[in-house]
Amino acid sequence: MSASAAADASTTCKPWTREDIAARAARDIPEGFYVNIGIGIPVLVANYVPAEREVIIHSENGILGMGPEPEPEAINRWLINASKKYVTLRPGGAYMHHADSFAIIRGGHLDLCVLGAFQVAENGDFANWSMSDTDMPSVGGAMDLAVGAKQVWVLMEHTTKTGESRLLRRCTYPLTAVGAVKRIYTNLAVIDVTADGFAVRDMAPGLTFEALQDVTDAPLRMAN
Amino acid sequence: MIDKIVHSMAEAMAGIRDGSVVLIGGFGSIGQPNALIDGLIEQGAKDLTVVANNAGVGHTGLARLMEVGRVRKIVCSYPRTSDPVVFEGLYRAGRIELEVMPQGTMAERMRAAGAGIPAFYTPTSVGTKLAEGKEVREFAGRQYVLEEAFFGDVALIEAWEADRWGNLTYRSSARNFNPVMAMAAKLTIAQAQHIVDLGVLDPEKIGTPGIFVNRVVHVPYGEPTVT
Repeated sequence: MSASAAADASTTCKPWTREDIAARAARDIPEGFYVNIGIGIPVLVANYVPAEREVIIHSENGILGMGPEPEPEAINRWLINASKKYVTLRPGGAYMHHADSFAIIRGGHLDLCVLGAFQVAENGDFANWSMSDTDMPSVGGAMDLAVGAKQVWVLMEHTTKTGESRLLRRCTYPLTAVGAVKRIYTNLAVIDVTADGFAVRDMAPGLTFEALQDVTDAPLRMAN
Repeated sequence: MIDKIVHSMAEAMAGIRDGSVVLIGGFGSIGQPNALIDGLIEQGAKDLTVVANNAGVGHTGLARLMEVGRVRKIVCSYPRTSDPVVFEGLYRAGRIELEVMPQGTMAERMRAAGAGIPAFYTPTSVGTKLAEGKEVREFAGRQYVLEEAFFGDVALIEAWEADRWGNLTYRSSARNFNPVMAMAAKLTIAQAQHIVDLGVLDPEKIGTPGIFVNRVVHVPYGEPTVT
């Protein structure tokens, strides 16, 4: 990507904010789904599921039926999410210990998990736990979620802070899982991972396909 | 009469040896038995291998145990949590060994240890660096990695209520790793906010039956303040 292409993309379009990305993904989650949300942008999804829609959110630390952030006066100090932030429990919610929580995850009981990532490849491989041999690797529950949930969506910025594409032909960081990702929500686009690579479903307001391709290392096509 | 309640921290920590594998409950600082960790620091055991989901927050609890130099190695899923100042310094200086384990694999390895299952196959980590060197086997067309049971010499856990038989209840998401760690160790020590008479706990709500617990200490510290 050239610097001028990046400048064009940023001046002509209004990228989605982190909240927009989370809200967009939340809108796309069907009624009745059991969904795990990971740390990073995904954790915001809990705040945007429409109140009238029964989506049951699971948190790896043993919560099924997690609700949004509490009002300050209603904090339960024993109730946190995967990002260690205070949350609430919806009526009908349940607590479980870690082995049961990961039986839910690994056992194929979740319809969807929504994770953050450093990189996603066009074959669905993704990387979100380690950037090199010298950093502090932190895998958390990501490897369990990636193989256990029926579908994996990734929510992330489209490029790194220095402008490099996070959507690649092949991941360069150590993998979290092989061929796991089905859909990506970024600040620039909503993209499906298909047998034929990345297919663009939606783009941020004002962004052209060409400008999006310019900031994306792997080839894109418009979804049918 | 069976009475697992001990009345001093010294009694609670008696017999913990240098080089022990110590399982420490909690997710961040919620459900982390900070009073027991302080007791372990006081007791003096060193060269420890600690198993915990995170690598300590701030300068208290697990972070303090590392800061005073008692931990040789930490096994955890997510060291890069909020404010891991102590661990980060030790890690960068090469003064602590880190083994990263997928969180569900960690939980299941301890559950297996407590349940008499020596090893199991899991789909988690197939095709990644964390599966390197491990046996991979195919079942019904899908690949799985062999993981072995993980035992602790000691488990330090936090409960909400306890009775003298060692039955425990938990509060909200503070349950987390505590029940599986209680199962997986030779010596399980629990701190509880409330001690109640035998028969008071609703049997339907006991999170850890007393058979998995060896010692209970009353630590009514109130509300956790840090996550």
